[in-house]
Amino acid sequence: MQDDGLKLGDVTFTNRLFTGTGKFADNALIPKMLAASGSQMITVALRRIDTTTRSENILDFIPKNTNVTLLPNTSGARTAEQAVRIARIAREAGCGDFIKIEVITDMKYLMPDNWETLKATEVLAKEGFVVLPYVLPDLPLAKRLESAGAAAVMPLGAPIGTNRGLETKPLLELLIENCSIPVVVDAGIGRPSQAAAAMEMGADAVLVNTAIATASDPETMGQAFDLAVKAGRAAYLAELAEESGVARASSPLTGFLD
Amino acid sequence: MEIIVNGQKETGPPCTIAALVARKGLTPGALIVELNQQIIKQEQWQAIQLKDNDRLELLSFVGGG
Repeated sequence: MQDDGLKLGDVTFTNRLFTGTGKFADNALIPKMLAASGSQMITVALRRIDTTTRSENILDFIPKNTNVTLLPNTSGARTAEQAVRIARIAREAGCGDFIKIEVITDMKYLMPDNWETLKATEVLAKEGFVVLPYVLPDLPLAKRLESAGAAAVMPLGAPIGTNRGLETKPLLELLIENCSIPVVVDAGIGRPSQAAAAMEMGADAVLVNTAIATASDPETMGQAFDLAVKAGRAAYLAELAEESGVARASSPLTGFLD
Repeated sequence: MEIIVNGQKETGPPCTIAALVARKGLTPGALIVELNQQIIKQEQWQAIQLKDNDRLELLSFVGGG
């Protein structure tokens, strides 16, 4: 079965692996990772500049005039108002209409604040942003985000940067089954096999940053995640065979030799 | 002149945004300037004179997930 791609806003993504730009030992690895993974969406963050150190412009490491869409995030925001402000700055600075809403007040587990995230989504969707809210997987909230005009919902698999995989699996399944907007599993995915598992379940995409950026070889790991996402997506489209509690012979149980 | 730059009080002679950016040795290309919660495009930096109590944010995009 053919994958029609994932449409968000006016953009159709033919690659369902979204990536991030955080934590690379060397930013020069980012364009290599993008090429190897085929990722067409990549996140960036906005911060006050540090006038005492010369920091690089992350946008210089994302090739221009390609099919890569920038996804600025609102990390650092503790309230809906701050997230809205960051989104507006990102758009005015030329980053386009896509925005990942990330509102975090809990600095130990970095759990997203679903309530503030919903409020920010309501405002930004009305302003024409393609809103991708990062949330705890909560079905009633996801339905509210849907009504508020979110382009997709991005539930976490595990806390940011933990590489623990799909700890929230039963809740992710509820979202995938019941949301009419795409579900992108964001955060916590540590291994390609976990990305494949999310895609097999019917996730529309996954967002992976830490697991790629902090691998010894981010370029090859990007490629590994691409393969895993493609495999998981193909398996989902092909519809998995049923599980059984007892063995079911694959070879005929008749015509045995004496 | 006393202004607030990235949350910190700064005092100095009156100047434009462009002059302040130059004085700090910042590369304009990567820089996003917000003055009193309004984005100021680079073309306007030369024309805008900073005033007492202005709140200036000097921002840039960084790596993030």
